This record gives sequence, structure tokens and C-alpha cells, in this order.
Amino acid sequence: MSKRFGPVEAVSDLSFTVEPGRVTGFLGPNGAGKTTTLRMLLGLVRPSEGTATIGGANYQDLARPLATVGTALEAASFHPGRTARNHLAVYAAAAGLPRVRVDAVLEQVGLGAYGDRRVGGYSLGMRQRLGLALALLGDPRVLVLDEPVNGLDPEGIRWIRTFLRELAAEGRTVLVSSHLLSEVQQTVDRLVVISKGKLVYEGGLAGLETEARVIADSPDRGMLDAALLAAGADIQSSAGGVIVSALTAAEVGAIAHRAGVPLSLLHTQQGGLEKAFLDLVGEGSQP
Amino acid sequence: MNAIRAEFVKLLTTKMWWILAIVLFVYVAFTATILSFAFSTGMAAADPTAPQIPADALPPIVYSIAHSIGYVFPLLLGTLAVTGEFRHQTLTPTFLATPRRGRVLAAKLVVMALFGALYGVIAVIAAVGPGAAILSIEGVTGLDDSDIWLMFPRVVLAMALWAIIGVGVGALIPNQVAAIVVVLAFTQFVEPILRTVAGVVDWAAQIGQYLPGAAGDTLAGASIFTAMGMATGDTVPLEWWHGGLLLLAYALVATIVGYLVSWRRDVT
Repeated sequence: MSKRFGPVEAVSDLSFTVEPGRVTGFLGPNGAGKTTTLRMLLGLVRPSEGTATIGGANYQDLARPLATVGTALEAASFHPGRTARNHLAVYAAAAGLPRVRVDAVLEQVGLGAYGDRRVGGYSLGMRQRLGLALALLGDPRVLVLDEPVNGLDPEGIRWIRTFLRELAAEGRTVLVSSHLLSEVQQTVDRLVVISKGKLVYEGGLAGLETEARVIADSPDRGMLDAALLAAGADIQSSAGGVIVSALTAAEVGAIAHRAGVPLSLLHTQQGGLEKAFLDLVGEGSQP
Repeated sequence: MNAIRAEFVKLLTTKMWWILAIVLFVYVAFTATILSFAFSTGMAAADPTAPQIPADALPPIVYSIAHSIGYVFPLLLGTLAVTGEFRHQTLTPTFLATPRRGRVLAAKLVVMALFGALYGVIAVIAAVGPGAAILSIEGVTGLDDSDIWLMFPRVVLAMALWAIIGVGVGALIPNQVAAIVVVLAFTQFVEPILRTVAGVVDWAAQIGQYLPGAAGDTLAGASIFTAMGMATGDTVPLEWWHGGLLLLAYALVATIVGYLVSWRRDVT
């Protein structure tokens, strides 16, 4: 799919698949085109080119949209004068769902006691929960959640992580967007990473992780370099020591020992998912 | 059908509809009271320069206040039903639940027409209640006249059409504040001025009766404007059903253009 807003290309030539029964993280920095992509998937924004389908059908062609796909989008879309219960009742009526679903989802997201309060008086965390309640209203097998963690306090973040895991355990297909990998890292099975409207990574978490590097140093740097090169290692010199890729610290130590080079430094540096993610989206160089 | 039910729930779960209904009732009842007093012959005798209106013509003028003063209320209700969705960004969940957008707009037209009719009933009661009580002092309530009774359903029909026009106006002007300003400015200042001018200038009178407010008055059967216009000129007045068709045309054009202009747009 592509989407242009006037001269701005928000999403360009993006194509990916969300696999059923798994939790897919949809990642990218703010402004990468995540929300636009999700809104195109849901028929709210018309793609300039391409199509998005859910189980083979356009969102507009779904016979029972809320019972097929549950959606919680970033923007708080509430009439402030309506109570949470009535807010949900509107869309239950529109989707032909029984009223008991309204009470059920309010309980499910922990708003049961606050259902008759006006939404205008809700905190951000309560609004996020109400958004999730709407997504769950039709008990859909597919969930699309846009930045559900945004603006939550630590307690709310912990709650939503548990909640996402529960949804995943029930075998639902979940597409959850975030601009921070760490927010969804524990929950997702797969990742789709976009940057500036383009796909930069699609696959499992493991594939994103960069290998650990070994940093070694010696009072005689030249001898260490020679010994490592002789052993066929891939090395890179830096002020803090020699950076060795594709070898463990034990192997580097053994090579130095055999060559009789005294070591002054030997340690392993983890690449880390977050760093790999930031490298992918082109923000790794920023402090 | 689900979309229609959802629109009912939407309307009934916020305060707007009954606040507007109460203001409509008070405003119409108050104006009908003042007007029946002002036009009653006792007052005219006290001030010989006041315009003389034959007693027979009084009831339709007083009762038509229901429409000529009240039509702005269903118009506002219809407008807010659409602009509120834009203002509170509820178009997102609305279109997620009912992705066929034309259905949502059609459901709004149906529900607004019903509530416009309800406003019509409220306005008629508000006008006839105090109006008939005061006019009975003169002995001319007009309630024994079948033409007067035929006027009431026409007022109700006109009010239903105004609510539909409101939906169209809301879709044309999705910005709620702008829409309210336009509705109030047009109905309270622009059209009354145009119609007053049209009432004075003969050639303009023919055109003036095609203005939406005038079309509504034509449908309703009478109004204080047409009463003043009757005194001057020799325009060919439109039939009441002409007024109805004219209002319906305004409603359809506004809704269709609004659908094309704003309703199909990306919801971001």
C-alpha cells in the first residue's frame, strides 16, 4: 500500500502479512506511518495505491466488522458527556451485539465500577481501557491496537502487558503498534518494523538481535591484532580495544594464550534488541 | 436497522436533544404569548397607529410561530448530530462499527426526521397553548376551523425536513463552531433581512419565497412574514406543497453535497 497526503508520502509501497493466532508488533518511530497504515487497513483512510484485507476481505465488506476485528486507535474518540456504558451501547447497537456484552467488556478491562461515569471525567489510563473495551465488544479473533501503552503510568503499563499476554494466550491474532520496542518486547512473537513509511524488517524477534561482540585489548595491540588475524577473526580497531565479531570471549582468550599475547581486557558486549531496532529505523546514531 | 438504532442511542444518551426541546418550547410559548397580546384588538385600540390585522387572520399567524420561530431548533439538532461526530472524533468508532458510510448518513436522516417531527409537535403545543388561551379573550381561537388543524401536521412535516437539512448542513460544514455560527447567522439575520427587503421590493418578492425559511413558512401555511408580505405587492404565492418540495430539495442537495465533500473523506 501507499498513501500520499498532498506532497507527503506517508506510506510508500508497504506490504506485510500478519499471521493468525500470533501477536505481531508493529514498530516504528513516531511519524513513520503506523497509524496511517492501520487506518488504511480499517477502511478509515483510502490508500493511494494498493489494498489491505482481513482474512481476504476488505474491512468495508466484512459482514460483522466489530465481531471480526476489534480496534483501539490512538485518538480518544469519545463524546465527553456520554457515560462509558452508553458509549459502548451505541456501538453495540450499531454492530447488533447484545447489551450484556457492554457489561462484560467493562468488567474485563476493570471499568465495571466506573461504567456510569461520564467519559469526560476519565483519566488517560481509563480512556485507554475504555478503548480496549470497545475493541473487545464483539469478542473478535483479530485485534488491532494502536499505541495502547502510550501515556500510561507504570501501573497501567504493567496491566496492559498482562492483558496483551492473556489475549495472546487465548489464541487471538493481535497487531499492536508502538514506537518503543521495549514496550511490546515481552509480548510479541513477530515484528514488522517500518521507518519513513517503508518496511525495514519483518520476522521474529531473534532475527533482529545482533550478535554479541567481544572487546579485547593488550599492552601490545599490534601482536594481538596479528594473532587474531592469523586465526581468521574479523577485527576492528577502536580506542577502547579490538572489537572481535563472531567469536566468543573464551575463543579470543584461547587465541591470545596460544600466541603468548598478554591480555589487559577481555569482555563481551551485548548488542541488545533496542539498539538493533534503533539502528534499523535510522535513529541509532542519536544519543 | 442497526445503524438507525445506534443513532437513536447516540442522541438519547447526551443532553443536547432535550435541552434544545426545552428551549424550543419556552421560546415559542413566550413569543406566541407576546404576539397574541400585541395583536389583540384591545392593544390595537390603545395605539391606533399599530397595524390592523383582521381578527380572523390572527390564529394562523400566532400558531405558525411554532415553525417561523422554532425551525432553527431541529435545524441545529440535525447539524450537531453530524458535526459532533467530527468534533469528538467519534466518526472513527462509528465507521468501524458501520463501515458503509452511506448507511450511517441515511440512519441519521431517518432519526433526525423523527426527532424533527417530535420538535414540531412540541412547538405546535407551545404555540397553540398560550396562543389559544389569549385569543379566546377575543373569541377567535380558530380551533373550530379545519384549515387551522391542517396547519399543524404541515408544521410537523416542515420541522422534520429542517432536521434533515441540518444533517446536510453539518456534512457541508463539519466544523461545529462554524456550522452553528452559519446556521444562527443565516436563520436569525441574513434570511429575515432578505425577506424583509423582498417584502418591500416587488420583483424580489417572487424570488424571496424560494429562500429556505420562506419555503418552510409556505409549507407551514402562514407566518408573520407572509402576513406582512400580503399587505404589499401582488406576488403569486406558492402552494403549501411547493414549499414542502422546496424544503426537501434543500435537504437533499445539502446532504448529497455534504456526503461528497466531507463524509467520504479520510478519517485521520
